[in-house]
Amino acid sequence: MKLDINGQVREVDADPDMPLLWAIRDIVGLTGTKFGCGMAQCGACTVHQDGVPIRACITPVSDVEGTRITTIEGLNGKVAEAVQAAWTQLDVPQCGYCQSGQVMAATALLTDNPKPTDADIDAAMSGNLCRCATYHRIRAGIHEAAKMLG
Amino acid sequence: MLPLKLKPEIFKPTRRQFLAGAAVAGAGLSVSFRVPGARAEAAAEPSPFNAYVTISPDNKVTILSAHMDMGQGAYHGIATLVAEELEADRDQLVVVGAAGNPKLYGNLAWGGVAQGTGGSSAMFSSFDRYRKAGALARTMLVNAAAKQWNVPAGEITVEKGVVSHASGKQATFGDLADAAAQEQVPAEVALKPRDQWKVIGSEDFRRIDSREKSTGQQPYTIDLKLPGMLTAMVAHPPLFGATVKSFDPAPAKAVKGVIDVVQISRGVAVVAENTWAAMKGREALTVEWDDSAAEKRGSAELFAEYLKQADQPGEAVAATRGDVDGAMAKATKTIEATYQFPYLAHAALEPMDAVAHKTGDVLEIWGGHQMPDLYQAVASQIAGVKPENVTLHVMKTGGGFGRRAVTDADIIVEAVETAKAIGWKAPVKVLWTREDDMRGGRYRPLFVHKVKVGLDDAGNILAWQHRQVGQSLLIGTPFEAMAVKDGVDGSSVEGVSDTKYALENFRSEVVNAKVGVPVLWWRSVGHTHTAYVMETMIDDIARQTGKDPVELRRALLKDHPRHLATLNLAAEKAAWGKEMPKGVHRGVALHESFGTVVAEIADVRMDDQGGFKVERVVCAVDCGTAINPDQVRAQMEGGIGFGLGSVLHEELTLTNGQVDQSNYDAYLPLRIEEMPTVETYIVPSEAVPSGVGEPGVPPIGPAVANALAGATGKHVRILPFAKGLAA
Repeated sequence: MKLDINGQVREVDADPDMPLLWAIRDIVGLTGTKFGCGMAQCGACTVHQDGVPIRACITPVSDVEGTRITTIEGLNGKVAEAVQAAWTQLDVPQCGYCQSGQVMAATALLTDNPKPTDADIDAAMSGNLCRCATYHRIRAGIHEAAKMLG
Repeated sequence: MLPLKLKPEIFKPTRRQFLAGAAVAGAGLSVSFRVPGARAEAAAEPSPFNAYVTISPDNKVTILSAHMDMGQGAYHGIATLVAEELEADRDQLVVVGAAGNPKLYGNLAWGGVAQGTGGSSAMFSSFDRYRKAGALARTMLVNAAAKQWNVPAGEITVEKGVVSHASGKQATFGDLADAAAQEQVPAEVALKPRDQWKVIGSEDFRRIDSREKSTGQQPYTIDLKLPGMLTAMVAHPPLFGATVKSFDPAPAKAVKGVIDVVQISRGVAVVAENTWAAMKGREALTVEWDDSAAEKRGSAELFAEYLKQADQPGEAVAATRGDVDGAMAKATKTIEATYQFPYLAHAALEPMDAVAHKTGDVLEIWGGHQMPDLYQAVASQIAGVKPENVTLHVMKTGGGFGRRAVTDADIIVEAVETAKAIGWKAPVKVLWTREDDMRGGRYRPLFVHKVKVGLDDAGNILAWQHRQVGQSLLIGTPFEAMAVKDGVDGSSVEGVSDTKYALENFRSEVVNAKVGVPVLWWRSVGHTHTAYVMETMIDDIARQTGKDPVELRRALLKDHPRHLATLNLAAEKAAWGKEMPKGVHRGVALHESFGTVVAEIADVRMDDQGGFKVERVVCAVDCGTAINPDQVRAQMEGGIGFGLGSVLHEELTLTNGQVDQSNYDAYLPLRIEEMPTVETYIVPSEAVPSGVGEPGVPPIGPAVANALAGATGKHVRILPFAKGLAA
């Protein structure tokens, strides 16, 4: 089947029921999107489907044919750059394993809501677990990115 | 190929590259310079890891870290130490994990006998070692420049990776690397005095790996893809101690992409072309298990047994002083309390994984090698190759919290045995699912504490009798002979038996429960439960005797200036004693672990429905010299979130020996909406650094419990709160 990943359409030889996560990681070879739970509980596998965050670990690859998938490797634009700059400036990551998903979710949040409150952030980011509990800096990072974007 | 920035040349010196070792006898210190050409025979070094710092002609400074990084920032701390003395530029630093040379990388907190990461000891072990490495390297670069420029070495300055002389001559480290390798290694080298430090203690020397980790570029073991690599999922027994009776590989083999189904010591491995095929293959596999020797008790049975044992004298005495029984008899008031702590899972976000590949007589293993010497020895036995032919590639891991330091080397064994079982025909990655990880054992042990405190009329503590029942982490492991004395495993009682509180008549006892559930150190180890008990008991005593909990601690710690200063800093910054808004309650806790003292004050807001939210935590920490102040703060913030999640919701329970939870839907680490704001203050110190990875964890549970007691009048004594508040 054909998959549009990060603006590039590729022929992917995968079972239709293979989760998008494993198609991206094992077949396409982009490993920035992480496996954490396999049941949409942790958010480490967050990618964008036509700009909307989805959990790649429970999305069969057949469901995304004909849509645009963006992974952390293909994430770009003003909002994403601000999020990543804020993340780096505040040294948000510790182990870093969940941070691709956090950055994907934060970028989607700021795209929809340029000035989120703490409550907005908590609501939007609740599905993204960070076992290092970098949440304090994730909140600060989102506020900082919002500030950068003006 | 490695799709990673692993700098493979670090691991495999080519014929044209070698490490010109420059060992200093006695100190065991070796700074090396990587240079091309010349003495090619040096490539026959037995271990590629024979240095602390290498500088290559491309101007890269590669630091070989004795400690692995699971997120706690050990690599950054070590890079800071080297950069300070070397006067390197931050952007030229690369840190890689070293392994296989305990003489060089042995953990000095453990007497240097073995390499390992744990006990929040990386900065303690590295403080002199890596500064000295940086200073030696700088001295040799300067001496090489002095010769080339024909000027006195004393006139040469080094700043941000550039070597200069007033004449206008300049060179990079890379320019000088070749010549510097020919220099004599100085017998002694002076380290900078503190007042000349530029990066140690600086707020501006930002963490070196934040960018990679914010852009998906940081590789972990799970991301490795070697040519022809296969992925394996292992079917594990459903009960601890069960073994394979028989299995039918045919249904698994019928799954597209499955290559092999093989039995290994820990289960049955399904080897496939990719992860999804391995998952589906394992799902199709049918295994019959022999559970005759398996542990079949559940958490309820264990608690019932432990509670009974806690009523009897403990089998081992960890500490005793004064006359506890005599003093208790004189008490006019006693406080007795029993505590129950569940098993806890590490639940790191990257599930357990490892990659093994043997070519010829060389075995390579990629993983989060937290105890590399042990893993090398275990792997060498399985593969039948010499230990020095086992090359360990130390990967950064997606969390750890203790889980990657396992004496039975579980994930390493699975990877090597599976690769062997398929005849070493391909590199094999063994990956656990979340369910495997959560049900795979190695938990923070379930514990019961029973404490009796005797008080006089004035509320003074006359006697403290403390008994614990729980599994030892060390009995039955290779560390038992070294670390267990007279039946006392220090990691069970640390935080109680060595309390700094002035308790004149005091006894700490322990019963080592025999249970077939594998247990392990879990971020801050024994302190996860001992601090909770000590600090809620002290708070309860204050409450019942009408004393201020900060004042009571001050009185009991008057001979311990570090504890006092830390407590006082937190109290001052939080404005302890000020009136709180209606519905907001405050709790304090203070605890020393791994040489670091941490005080935390938690503000908890109660809602109308009996729920609550921890809104703010003020934290003070004395960790000796703070090498990276912002990383100290980061570890306190993370430790507080990690510890808070554990007391609020986390529990791993067993029913008839089987683990009830399997994923994050039922095992509940903290999420962002429960994270308080955290303010961290560092006690100024010139002492040798202690650690920060763990010590932020222990005080948060009791600080919150003490705040809740202000609202409810009771200290929660059954964990987690979700259960204890209802009890």
